[in-house]
Amino acid sequence: MLYIFKSRLLKGVVTRQIEPGLRGEVEAAGFQLRALITEKFGRSLHIREVDTGSCGACESEIIAANNPIYDIQRFGINFVASPRHADALLVTGPVSKNMLCALKKTYDAMPEPKFVITAGDCALDGGAFKNSYYVEGAVSKVLPVVLHIPGCPPSPLTIIQTLLAFFESGRPH
Amino acid sequence: MDSPEIVQGIKARFPGSVSVSEPYPEEVCLEVDSGAFKDICLTLHKKLRSPVMMLFAVDERECLKRFTIHAVFINAKKGQWFTVTTAVPRETPSFNALATAIHSAALFEREIREMFGIEPAGNPDIRRLNLHNEVWPEGNYPLRKDFTAVEAGNSAPEYKFDRVEGEGIFEVPVGPVHAGIIGPGHFRFSVAGEPIINLETRLGFTHRGVEKLFEGMPYADASGLAERVSGDSSFAHSLACVRAFEKIFGVSVPARATYLRSIFLELERMYNHINDIGGMAVDVGFSFPAAYASIVKEAILQLNEKLTGNRYLKTTVVTGGIRHDINEIKTKILLGCLDGIRHDFDEAVKILTSSISFMDRVDTTGVLRRKTAEDLGVLGLAGRASGIALDLRSYDTGPYKKAKFKMAVEQSGDVLARLNLRIAEFRESCRLIGFFIDDLPQAKECYTTAAPKAGSGIGYTEGWRGPVLYWIKTDAKGAIERCKVVDPSFHNWQGLSYAVLGNIIPDFPLCNKSFDLSYSGNDL
Ligand code: SF4
Repeated sequence: MLYIFKSRLLKGVVTRQIEPGLRGEVEAAGFQLRALITEKFGRSLHIREVDTGSCGACESEIIAANNPIYDIQRFGINFVASPRHADALLVTGPVSKNMLCALKKTYDAMPEPKFVITAGDCALDGGAFKNSYYVEGAVSKVLPVVLHIPGCPPSPLTIIQTLLAFFESGRPH
Repeated sequence: MDSPEIVQGIKARFPGSVSVSEPYPEEVCLEVDSGAFKDICLTLHKKLRSPVMMLFAVDERECLKRFTIHAVFINAKKGQWFTVTTAVPRETPSFNALATAIHSAALFEREIREMFGIEPAGNPDIRRLNLHNEVWPEGNYPLRKDFTAVEAGNSAPEYKFDRVEGEGIFEVPVGPVHAGIIGPGHFRFSVAGEPIINLETRLGFTHRGVEKLFEGMPYADASGLAERVSGDSSFAHSLACVRAFEKIFGVSVPARATYLRSIFLELERMYNHINDIGGMAVDVGFSFPAAYASIVKEAILQLNEKLTGNRYLKTTVVTGGIRHDINEIKTKILLGCLDGIRHDFDEAVKILTSSISFMDRVDTTGVLRRKTAEDLGVLGLAGRASGIALDLRSYDTGPYKKAKFKMAVEQSGDVLARLNLRIAEFRESCRLIGFFIDDLPQAKECYTTAAPKAGSGIGYTEGWRGPVLYWIKTDAKGAIERCKVVDPSFHNWQGLSYAVLGNIIPDFPLCNKSFDLSYSGNDL
């Protein structure tokens, strides 16, 4: 503990400019996103994430969007632990047969109004797994999806920009 | 004991029922009679002190009118693989289960039963792993060649969890959907008061039929699917996959490419190790070093992108080499970034380990004893944390040997051991990358073209979790006839169930993170 205090006092705020230019792009999209979220959702948008058979890279990128570099929370987007607290469901993966029931139950547990977003090629149409005997393929066959975030996996910047474009277009109603 | 001696011993003990071949210098294949299969496997298991590394079936009914079962062991002294193969008649598909004598075979046998309908005679636990009873009717075996679609009907019996009974015992079921942004799995804790008495893990929720999708795929496309087996090990999986092809086709990879591959493999290890170190901090509610760690991870992911165009090193490796060379400028970027990364890493580790309350949480938590780990066949990082000194990188005859790779091993088997191991391995990876860059051989080409042919072989690599193994059989055009994938998670999930015993449920996330096993790599 002492070490933390000492090093913080001596070094002040640590900033990491990992990729010059990236910060500008993230913030340009992010602060517009924040304005729209404040307008549409009162203050913040709460998202519950469900993995229906993803390889894990999509999750890794969604987590990365929450790291201090992108810090999606400052734009008003929070990832929550329970579907009961969520406005939106973010689904990854090609819907393995084993996850179908859990996916539907999670959606049913969310309060209205609610909407569904998918992330990653798998969730769009099954991606690399679309010809498998054990996947349902597109999430949109199971739930009403209003937005897809493309990529395999989508980068944190893509996640932020795609959300912005979506809200800019006036949706969800 | 040396490999030739062992083979001689087996031949003498089972005269007439073994035929030996050595298709590659590092692989010994024993074709044995079905009656001797179990005993020979047991001999190898004991002599080599090796768990069952792989155990799988192949459907050869069409041309040879039989199934075959393959059991793979490793000679940890030499880095040599032993494959024991036996035929199983197609009319009465059944073989002598190894599980009663070798515990590490148990899960593989359950998998063979559900995927092929081959009975492991004598295995007391034949519940299905991936094809859940709730959604998949009995009698449909997807990895049989003649499988086309599911025949609905005779629904499967209910899945039975192990039960602990007695006064004051209650069950806590968790999942498949968890509170965090992670994969799905079901955990059922039996507790009496605080301590966990039994943990039963039911996985398979991310089963996507990967092995079936591999079948019929041209070799050039296979690494693309391998990358998607477990996203945090994209590089290790694609590398193991192409190395199987290289072995079968007899391709020699240019030295420069083997160096570059090693660099990427270490980068993958680094971003995952720091991710887990941060994850352990999160799981005890210590968010400051966790934020620091996530910055380091992000820096490595961005470095990956600069070097290969992909944050997760996808589409980097091809059969015969590496898709894109890295030029002078990129090596400079790499070295520059590495300095910053190492500095931030040291800072994050220092913050973490100088906190007494954090160290108190990880010390002696979630102990996996060496004997248990050996019996279960726990491998890789989790195995090394419990004193099992096996790291496939130490058998490398190329860059790792030249760099004098040093394997890290811990003895205590607790969360702290797994944490310390990650710290040590991260630093070793930094050192290795520095060496590889200094020693990088010059070459114009970074890959050799492959001439496909029929054959079979094991491709392997030491991913950050442990050995990633691909057994591949190709036809004359190089298309896949059968591909068996084993991610170390498949061995190690059982280790977690034993490590948490006697701990309290609030420590489960911490124990879980210290293993950080893959759901998708396990479920395939
Ligand atoms: S879209 Fe790509 S990264 Fe995402 S889960 Fe599917 S395979 Fe993995």
